[in-house]
Amino acid sequence: MQPITHLKSKTVVLPATDVDTDQIIPARFLTTTTRQGLGANLFYDWRFDADGEEINTFALNKQAAKDCQILVAGRNFGCGSSREHAPWALLDYGLRAVISTEIADIFRSNSLKNGFLPIVVDENTHTWLLDHPGCELTIDVAQSVVILPDGGSVSFPIDSFARYCLLEGIDQLGFLLKHETAIKEFEETRSWTP
Amino acid sequence: MTAGWNMSQRHRPSLQAELDQNSVSELAPKTLFEKVWQDHVVKEETPDTPAILFIDLHLIHEVTTPQAFALLREQGLSVRRPDLTLGTMDHSTPTTPVRSFKDLAIVGEGAAMQVAKMQENCKEFGLELHGFDSKYRGIVHVMGPEMGATQPGKTIVCGDSHTSTHGAFGALAFGIGTTEVGHVLGTQCLLQRKPKTLAIEVTGKLQAGVTAKDVILSIIGEIGVDGGTGHVIEYRGSAIESMSMDERMTVCNMSIEAGARAGMIAPDQTTFDYLEGRPKAPQGADWEVAIKRWLALRGDPGAKFEKTVTIDGSRLQPMATFGTNPGMVIPVNENVPPANGNASFEKALDYMQVAAGKPLSHAAVDVVFIGSCTNSRISDLQEAANIVRDRKVADGVRMLVVPGSQQVKKEAESLGLDKIFIAAGAEWRESGCSMCLGMNGDTVPRGQLSVSTSNRNFEGRQGIGARTILASPMTAAASAIAGRVADPRQYL
Ligand code: SF4
Repeated sequence: MQPITHLKSKTVVLPATDVDTDQIIPARFLTTTTRQGLGANLFYDWRFDADGEEINTFALNKQAAKDCQILVAGRNFGCGSSREHAPWALLDYGLRAVISTEIADIFRSNSLKNGFLPIVVDENTHTWLLDHPGCELTIDVAQSVVILPDGGSVSFPIDSFARYCLLEGIDQLGFLLKHETAIKEFEETRSWTP
Repeated sequence: MTAGWNMSQRHRPSLQAELDQNSVSELAPKTLFEKVWQDHVVKEETPDTPAILFIDLHLIHEVTTPQAFALLREQGLSVRRPDLTLGTMDHSTPTTPVRSFKDLAIVGEGAAMQVAKMQENCKEFGLELHGFDSKYRGIVHVMGPEMGATQPGKTIVCGDSHTSTHGAFGALAFGIGTTEVGHVLGTQCLLQRKPKTLAIEVTGKLQAGVTAKDVILSIIGEIGVDGGTGHVIEYRGSAIESMSMDERMTVCNMSIEAGARAGMIAPDQTTFDYLEGRPKAPQGADWEVAIKRWLALRGDPGAKFEKTVTIDGSRLQPMATFGTNPGMVIPVNENVPPANGNASFEKALDYMQVAAGKPLSHAAVDVVFIGSCTNSRISDLQEAANIVRDRKVADGVRMLVVPGSQQVKKEAESLGLDKIFIAAGAEWRESGCSMCLGMNGDTVPRGQLSVSTSNRNFEGRQGIGARTILASPMTAAASAIAGRVADPRQYL
């Protein structure tokens, strides 16, 4: 994973609530054995009509959204299936962060492991962001703040270990492997064996 | 009455005595979840680092593992505990009836590749895989319990959100992403922050025609699709205690649909009767030792939950969803509620082509799907069969019955259920995930309305443009007969 300290970008707004991972990447595109190439199918059934034509009215298809790396979404983003293909698809498409008032557990954990930023903000900030698509934000991972266009900043909660891993580009498997002795001891001394 | 019932009566007095003893011997009262969590901490969490949690059972399937095995290869790692890893193929495998699995044509190149990779990976890393030649193959969450691999007090994970199913046995079971699948393969451990606890108490006795599926749909309707976020749910109360294991699995299965990390039910005699004699359950002297340990897992009196919700089970009705998430749910006879200016709600009604203020029975049903890890066990198939027996599936309705595993299939056939379904005009299929998610060839065509016993009514979940109504096997079967969404109680 590449270290990530800052992200500066305009936003694209998708106000729908409860966006599930089946929308982010429909199941029929899960028959892949690598992490690459999923971006082409991101939000496929919202981006394309039955004939495979782009639906112009969909937020991501608008010209202004083309280079945006920050998605502002409705409450409970990423609910449903545990597929890690969801953050893989978002990243492969070019998005790097999602801002909402609530982000589903497994999706958040999957995102952090891939350097995709799940950012939870308060209702007021969220409402303002929904109302101002295309505004430019900076996400400062080290300070855990989102810097708004007027220079004001809003902090967001992030697990300190997850933040450390993002900042240093650390892969968590390496961290687990360093605890080999403790794992071995646990296995040898537990009172029962599965 | 079954042998299991008689046995449970015989054991009950001593069970109660042991429960009482266990509850006073603990110092600080702990919940079931806390006991299981504590028992698996390799390293405690600190403000700077999550806990390292040991995993007792890692279930794997073809869709969420290829990239994890690639990671192991990249890093030159082996699977740490092949003995705690158990594989099956369910998601992208077709369920078309075949004489021999040699004739089975996997739909799509990608799916075929995944299946081939799964076989190759399990062979290379020395893992037990229940592939096409195994009599135990099935949906991962049906197979684990059926083989007795799912046991009280275990930590169980799988790259699949409905891993919460296994919590029905008093295990701590949850879905993980593919990177974490790699972590567990490589180290048998996961990095986890301790979740919060939520008690959901269902009291009273369910009415005839009201099933475990209706209970969990009512719960999700009540607390919302994010009501459990950050929490592990413990289901308790008399309505839960009197449920069979099949029913408890249905309830725990959909915990994730309320946003919860996991759902759990305290193990009791029903749990033990289910597990006894299964191939991977403890045998002989180990069985007695295991029961003692399992009984001690029950939550202590006075143990605290962060949140508690109580639901009167005797007032529940057969339920059906009307929108595009499982929280958009109503009693099957009620009218679809108004959107009140909520844009997401309006979009959902529009997608579903249902009208606020009208009952669901207005719409003609095209497809009925009995299956998925929520409702494809033997009792689910029996409930559906009892409704369709000596009746006919309505003209224009395609009804699919997909057993959850080859074991369920065999048992159903020995009971003659396949014949009842076929005589009614339904299709009897091989086991697998099938129409629960559109990736194995079984899909609902664009625009068609499906009444399904699965767990997700998301847009396009069952196929592009498919409109899904979630319901119990009884309600789904009744709807197949009526050709419209129907109350099962008129067919009891
Ligand atoms: S039946 Fe459906 S929910 Fe269950 S494991 Fe298969 S795809 Fe997932």
